[in-house]
Amino acid sequence: MGDISLKAANSKVGSEIRVLAENMLLQLEQGDISKAVALVNNLNEVRDRTLYNEIGRLTRALHEAIKNLNVDSVGAGSDIENTTDKLAYVLEMTDKSANRTMDLVDAGMPLASDIHDRAKTLSEQWQRFLNKELTPAEFRALSKEVNEFLGESADKSRQIQGHFSEIVLAQDFQDLTGQVIHKVTALIKDVEDRLVSLVLMAGQVDEITGIKHDLNDIAETSDEGANIRAEGPQINKSSDDVVNSQDDVDDLLSSLGF
Amino acid sequence: MKILIVDDFSTMRRIVKNLLRDLGFTNTQEADDGTTALPMLQNGDFDFLVTDWNMPGMTGLDLLKHVRADDRLKSLPVLMVTAEAKRDQIVAAAQAGVNGYVVKPFTAAVLKEKIDKIFERVEG
Repeated sequence: MGDISLKAANSKVGSEIRVLAENMLLQLEQGDISKAVALVNNLNEVRDRTLYNEIGRLTRALHEAIKNLNVDSVGAGSDIENTTDKLAYVLEMTDKSANRTMDLVDAGMPLASDIHDRAKTLSEQWQRFLNKELTPAEFRALSKEVNEFLGESADKSRQIQGHFSEIVLAQDFQDLTGQVIHKVTALIKDVEDRLVSLVLMAGQVDEITGIKHDLNDIAETSDEGANIRAEGPQINKSSDDVVNSQDDVDDLLSSLGF
Repeated sequence: MKILIVDDFSTMRRIVKNLLRDLGFTNTQEADDGTTALPMLQNGDFDFLVTDWNMPGMTGLDLLKHVRADDRLKSLPVLMVTAEAKRDQIVAAAQAGVNGYVVKPFTAAVLKEKIDKIFERVEG
């Protein structure tokens, strides 16, 4: 983008400098020192003018780029602010869904174990009936219990069924948060692109002003955090310094004498 | 057996708590980071600590270091349950004196195995 205009400006400046330099050489050959010195001043002027022009142009471009980044409006409305809200929403949705699911499991668990316990007791009694060990009175009691149990299990299994379908419904967060995450990913990509163009612009400023950065300095500062800290889930598990499974963790720990 | 569960996410605390309950450990308490957990440990005769690593305030690794540096707590068994899965992180946790390390997401069977192993070693 700014590259072409920079090259055009450079070639224009180049030819101006060339004309001035050739003229200066000519004056020197003819022995006119004062005119040659005057031309040195002209050369300085050309250099300053280009510098100021370029800095002006880059400042405008920089301003434009920062405006496009949309981070200057702190508070409601900026993209970054919206993104924070969106991620807070993801957190809220996943939290709600996890708790809803666990509530339903907590509510369903005793129903299932009731059915299990009751069925087990009745099956023991039923075995006694098959072995003809029951008195008529005991059999009457058993048949009453079986009757109650059948009604109860129909009722409880219906409730469990309801819990299951609610658990399925509680997974809707995947869809909702997925959409939000897509939007956030797109925004980050956009910000990245704009940052790249900012870096390109900064490179041009360096080129014009002749600034050279000591890259060793930058490498050193990024190395400072070499001590261990928390990083959260590793998304790229294929990396060599990341364990793939609990088995890898166990192997590593046993190699350390655990 | 009194157990302290430390994690900044309440859902993860609940999951760990439920799994521990299924394993027969019903006496559990919760803290949401190292800063709240440390005074609870110092005042609360806990027998076992299950902690996450990545938490605001004080991380699980720092909590572990504080526990090992405290005369009354230094022999407390500590299980780290965390999404941190880099080799040098696991080595660092081992060097800080962790008794077990479980990477998230994990299963009930893995949690049980690690807890059994820790107590086997502590008691044996």
